[in-house]
Amino acid sequence: MTMPFYVPPEQLVKDRAEYAKKGIARGRSIVALETMDGVLLLAENPSRTLTKISEIYDRIAFAGVGRYNEFEALRVAGIRHADVKGYQYGRTDVMAKSLASAFSHTLGQIFIQGAKPYEIEILITEVGSTPSEDRLYKVTFDGTLYDEERFAAIGGQSEALTAKIGEGFNGRPDLAGGLQLAANAFREVEDRTIEGWEAAILDRGAERRSFRRLTEEELAATNEVPSG
Amino acid sequence: MIGDGLPVEVPPPGSSFTDLLHTYDLNAKWEVPPETGHVDLPVPEATTVMALRFESGVIMVGDRQATEGYTVAHRRMQKVFAADRYSAVAISGTAGLAIELVRLFQTELEHYEKLEGVRLSLDGKATYLARMVRGQLPMALQGLVVIPLFCGVDEVTGNGHVFTFDAVGGRYEEHDFGSTGSGSREAKSYLRTTYTADLDETSAVDIAMQALVAAADQDVATGGPDIRRGIYPNVVVVTSEGLRDLSTDETAASAQRALEVIR
Repeated sequence: MTMPFYVPPEQLVKDRAEYAKKGIARGRSIVALETMDGVLLLAENPSRTLTKISEIYDRIAFAGVGRYNEFEALRVAGIRHADVKGYQYGRTDVMAKSLASAFSHTLGQIFIQGAKPYEIEILITEVGSTPSEDRLYKVTFDGTLYDEERFAAIGGQSEALTAKIGEGFNGRPDLAGGLQLAANAFREVEDRTIEGWEAAILDRGAERRSFRRLTEEELAATNEVPSG
Repeated sequence: MIGDGLPVEVPPPGSSFTDLLHTYDLNAKWEVPPETGHVDLPVPEATTVMALRFESGVIMVGDRQATEGYTVAHRRMQKVFAADRYSAVAISGTAGLAIELVRLFQTELEHYEKLEGVRLSLDGKATYLARMVRGQLPMALQGLVVIPLFCGVDEVTGNGHVFTFDAVGGRYEEHDFGSTGSGSREAKSYLRTTYTADLDETSAVDIAMQALVAAADQDVATGGPDIRRGIYPNVVVVTSEGLRDLSTDETAASAQRALEVIR
């Protein structure tokens, strides 16, 4: 009978975290920002059909970076969870917090027990009736759940991006202002031509389903202020 | 289910919400296994709804009354619903089941749209609704019949379409207008003589309102405009711009005009 090698838990966690971080570092980042008009999500995404930002429920959106198949599986699970809950109870009973903790639970379990950790980071955002009721939750590869305020970023450049946005964030901007702020942060941090945007907003004024993708005209605001 | 995390393996349900409910051991109300024999439960019945095509889309109108035998069960019932942004569904028959059918249908369309990133085609929505009606057949055989009416705009062509159904899940596209419920005979007779292919929105709403008033005059189960209580029929308009619910002021004005025409 062969005995498995003993691996101390510290080493196991360290190895897995390193592996996951390496995968995430390759991914292009996503920024979420609270604006007066709603919660803005901006991603660099050259693909026009493989989206990273998606609607989960009336006032909740999802964004994921890293391996597409892995965050896509979580996205689908999130929509199922939300739709079943909303159908069984009421539409206002579906809330970002319970979704975020479910995602956190799942990622945490996969991190320890799975054959390999998921190489992803995700954002779950919720728009409230006032900006102070907006919610930004970030879940990392190991299941750690962060409750962010005003803005949040995921992906390889998340730290540099939040630092950059923090410099320019004076009170909540409107949609166009927020878009400019986020796009400029991307340009300065990445220091190269951005290969295409994917942008959506959870519209504060919407009656029911608040998620909508931004139009070309709205996205034009990203080009108004040159970088640097 | 909260606190257990989320099942991330992609299980069989695919894009169907009903199949997903089954994996949680939840069933829609009408999937209750049938008992033998005919049930004669005192449950509210919803009546007369109609949909007609006009030059830039479709409109749908429904009265507000639900009856239980010879009694009025509800005076302010809503029978016309937005199915999604470009389609509407109306109900007649056993009210409790019909409302549940609409709720499930709405959730199905939204669920599909979110998972797949695109809306079902109008044809796809009508086919799916027909399948749901077919699934209700065991209950229909016991006397609990639900017949929906469906209309919407094809997002590709921009044309309006109206679909009617029967209890076994038959799906029929109507060329000009469709109606279901106890007053539908009168409504259709009225529409047959007044309908033209080139109606604008206001005249389409007015004609439908007149048809409803005519139906309410002849059919005791159909409720006409109730001026005393300020209860007016529900009207939705669907065009390539999307679905719009008419305000009470708009429906009240149209109802006033209709009451002057119908003698």
